[in-house]
Amino acid sequence: MNAPQKVSEAVAAPVGILAELTHRCPLACPYCSNPVELDAREGELDTETWKRVFSEAAAVGVLHAHLSGGEPASRRDLVDIVKHCHDVGLYTNLITSGVGISEARMRELADAGLDHVQLSIQDAEAQSADRIGGYKGGFARKMDVAKWVNEVGIPLTVNAVIHRANIARAGRMVEFAVELGARRVEIAHTQYYAWAYLNRKALMPSREQVEKAVAEVEAMRKTYAGKIVIDHVAPDYYARYPKACMGGWAKRTLNVTPHGKALPCHAAETIPGLEFWNVREHSISDIWFNAPAFNAFRGDDWMLEPCRSCPRKHQDYGGCRCQAMALTGDPRNADPICHLSPHHDKVAAIAATFEEVDANVPATDYVYRTLKTQAPVA
Amino acid sequence: MSDAAAISPESKPHLPRGMHLKHDETRGEWLLMAPERVLKLNAVAVEILKRCDGKATLGEIVDQLAAAFAADRERIETDVRALLAELAAKRMVDL
Repeated sequence: MNAPQKVSEAVAAPVGILAELTHRCPLACPYCSNPVELDAREGELDTETWKRVFSEAAAVGVLHAHLSGGEPASRRDLVDIVKHCHDVGLYTNLITSGVGISEARMRELADAGLDHVQLSIQDAEAQSADRIGGYKGGFARKMDVAKWVNEVGIPLTVNAVIHRANIARAGRMVEFAVELGARRVEIAHTQYYAWAYLNRKALMPSREQVEKAVAEVEAMRKTYAGKIVIDHVAPDYYARYPKACMGGWAKRTLNVTPHGKALPCHAAETIPGLEFWNVREHSISDIWFNAPAFNAFRGDDWMLEPCRSCPRKHQDYGGCRCQAMALTGDPRNADPICHLSPHHDKVAAIAATFEEVDANVPATDYVYRTLKTQAPVA
Repeated sequence: MSDAAAISPESKPHLPRGMHLKHDETRGEWLLMAPERVLKLNAVAVEILKRCDGKATLGEIVDQLAAAFAADRERIETDVRALLAELAAKRMVDL
C-alpha cells in the first residue's frame, strides 16, 4: 500500500485542519464518527503541541481550523487554543455539543477571536434528544448556548444527524435551527461508519422515511431562502455515482487525533496497511507533502478499472476509499456506490437492509459511545 | 433580500462577524472567509467588499467606485447589487 509512488499533479496546500482536541465527551451519541477505539485522556497532545500544530498549519496555507472532538470544551485550555488560532490568522470554528460551555466561557471564546460555532442537536424535542445523546439536560443546555452565541454575535450553524429516532422531524429541525438563530443548518443523514456501523440496525430508517425526509428538507430551501442556508447530506445508497469524498483524498483537509496522529480523513484508519505519521514527530508541512498515508491515494496512478479510464475520475476521484475498503476489501476499487462498479451489488444489499426496517419499532437498542468500556464487536 | 433590484440605496451593507476579507499569502489571492466556506474573489468583488463597512450606503459605495475607476455608474451599480444580493442570500453579507 505504501510503496513509493509518483504523485502526478502538484500537491496543493491544505485548506482545513480538523483538530480532534479530545475524545472525551459528556454525550454518548450512538452514531459518533470518532473511531470505536477512542483515545484516552492520557496521551492527549498538550497545549503547546497543539499551538505548534496550528502555527505550522497556518504557515503551510491552512485557512480554517475546525476545533472538534469528542467535546472540545472538555479541554481546559480551549480558550487559549482559540486565541492562538486567531493570532496565527486561522478562521476558527468550534464544533461542539454545547455541554461544558457556560455563558462566561462563551464570552471568553468570543474575546479570544472565535469566528464560528457549530452546535449539534440530537432532535428538536428534549426527551428524544436527551435519550439519543445519552445525556439528561443536554437539550436545555444547547438552547442556552445558542442564545449566548447569538448574544456575543458569532454566527451559528446547527448540525443534526438524521436516523430512525428523529427522521420524522428532519424538516422540523430546519425550522428549529431558524428559531435558535442559526444562519446555517446541516442536515446530515447518518453515514454508517464507526459507532454508527455498530448501531446501524437501530439507526437505519426505512427507504420510505428517507425519501419523505429528503423531500421535506429540500422543500425548505425555498421557504427559508435568504434566512438560513441549508446544507443537506442525503444518503448515497441510491445514487448512480459516488461523492467526491473529502473533495479528494488528501487534497483539501487533514485530521489530527487527540494523540497526534495525522489522518487524511477521520475513517482512514479503517484502511489496513497505511502508514500514518504523528505531529509529535513531524511538522504539518512534512506530513501533508510526504506522509505515506497522504500520498497513498493522491493523483490517479493508484486507480483500478473502471475508474482508471473513467471520464469522471477527476470529478469524484472514485468516491470514498474507506467505503471501497469496507464493501469490496480493496481501497483502490471504485466506491461501490458507483453503478459502474463490479461490486455495486454490495450496495444494493445494504439498500435492501433499509427495506427490512420496520419503522414502527422504536429505535432504542443503542451501543452508546463511551471511552470507558470496550464496545462489543458487531 | 435576495432580489438585487430590491436592495435600498440607503442600505448600509457590511460583513457580519464571522466573515472576513483575507489576502492569502500562500495562494496570492483575495478570499472571503466564511463559516465552512472560502470564496475566491475577483478584483471587482474585493473593491466592493472593502467598502462594505456598515457606514457607507449602497449609493455612496457606487459613487466611490465610479469615481475611483472612472467607470459608468449604472454598470457599477448593477455589479454591486448583484454581488450583494448573492452574498445576502448566502447570509454572508448583512444589508
